[in-house]
Amino acid sequence: MGQQPAVRLEQVVYEVGERCILDGVSLRVEHGEIKAVIGLSGSGKTTLLRHVVGLVRATSGAVFVGEVDITKLSERELDEIRRGTGFVFQGAALFDSLTVFENVAFGPRQHRRLAQSGLRRLVREKLALVGLHEEVEQQMPSELSGGMRKRVGIARALAMEPRVMLFDEPTAGLDPITSRAIEDLIVRLRAELGMSCLVVSHDLEALFRFVDRAALLYGGKIVATGRPAELRSSEDELVRQFVAGSVEGPIHVL
Amino acid sequence: MEALGDIVRGRIRRRELTQQMAVLGFDSLPIVLLTLLAGGMVLALHTARELVNLGAQQYAGGMVAVSVARELGPVLTAVVVAARVGSAIAAELGSMKTTEQVDALRSLAVSPVEYLVVPRLMAAVVMLPVLTVLADATGGLGAYIVSVTQGIAPEEYLRSVQRFLTAYDLFGGLIKAAVFGFIIATVACHSGLRARGGAQGVGHATTSAVVISIVLIYVSDYFLSWVMLSLKGT
Repeated sequence: MGQQPAVRLEQVVYEVGERCILDGVSLRVEHGEIKAVIGLSGSGKTTLLRHVVGLVRATSGAVFVGEVDITKLSERELDEIRRGTGFVFQGAALFDSLTVFENVAFGPRQHRRLAQSGLRRLVREKLALVGLHEEVEQQMPSELSGGMRKRVGIARALAMEPRVMLFDEPTAGLDPITSRAIEDLIVRLRAELGMSCLVVSHDLEALFRFVDRAALLYGGKIVATGRPAELRSSEDELVRQFVAGSVEGPIHVL
Repeated sequence: MEALGDIVRGRIRRRELTQQMAVLGFDSLPIVLLTLLAGGMVLALHTARELVNLGAQQYAGGMVAVSVARELGPVLTAVVVAARVGSAIAAELGSMKTTEQVDALRSLAVSPVEYLVVPRLMAAVVMLPVLTVLADATGGLGAYIVSVTQGIAPEEYLRSVQRFLTAYDLFGGLIKAAVFGFIIATVACHSGLRARGGAQGVGHATTSAVVISIVLIYVSDYFLSWVMLSLKGT
């Protein structure tokens, strides 16, 4: 058990019609590691992340969560895996007809037999973890700011008490202070709860502050992997251009 | 299909089901009753005077009652519900789909079919006949009032209803209603969950849900009527 990484993608190919979004991606997230996937907008980072919980099915290749290849599972068998993985959506994807409390309580209500008081305690604890107080519990998602929604989204995923957390652009569109708070939260989740985290983002500056390793996704492939310092000093032209954020180089966006 | 499997296996969420039944029933009740009241009254207005002129007023009550029970009640109710509730379901599920809430459900290990589709489907299949019973009664009442004002004696009208209207007519109408409920919910959920691309996609899903379910209601109504008449053997 200790040998297997928390998440492992093997030669994952994903095609939509003629378009090849992922072209043989291999990636590992070790236990207790914070790993980032960086890349241009539209490079398939989100799609990659969605493979890990089976929201998208690989055209070929294997996706291991723990020891299980989830590409072989039915939708119902996948639910077992999903209970152990928390997914934080870019736009938070809160259920807008439910209150904050009901959103965070959603997972446990579906899968665990908790008394109302236990549920209340759990929700309060997860909201506190993301820095929200109980006053927000009865608010509707539409009454919250973007940063608060995102934090509720994280609390909702945490309420499932997952072993692996997946973050889709956790800091996109947030002010620098909230961004920083979310980074700190991710670091704390790993430190206090021993979670493995896979973070997808294009915000390099932020990521390099807190991730253990990052992988650059370009052209449907992982073209480089390493610690932030290694990537910063990389000789690879793609990596250098991406890290420097320069328009000149092998990557053409215009 | 998956939804049917879930129902058979008893994977039914009571909380969501009750909520959907309440929404479906209460929300559409006023407009359904209004539609049938108007429908029954107009139908009576057209037929009553003619029949009185022909000296055939003993047929008035029966004719109207049978029309309402077999056709007007179930079909008008279904069309109104398709417009009122089918559109709402498609819009709700469509916007949940486009804002990743459906994916969020799946990521929380909850089947969208079980959580969203099954309760709506069951609520529609159960509530459409209930609404239709009330619609039939209201349509009958409207027709009765107008017929009486057109010179048909109340006793004669009621006797005629008793003579021509059978349990088979009423029951057949309710079977139709259940089938229409199934069509409305299936089409609306399907359109909603297939929505893509933001507001425009949701709008498209909503419109097509209403149009497709109304067309399917008309088509299935024809065939159901045909089958029911054949079975009755008259």
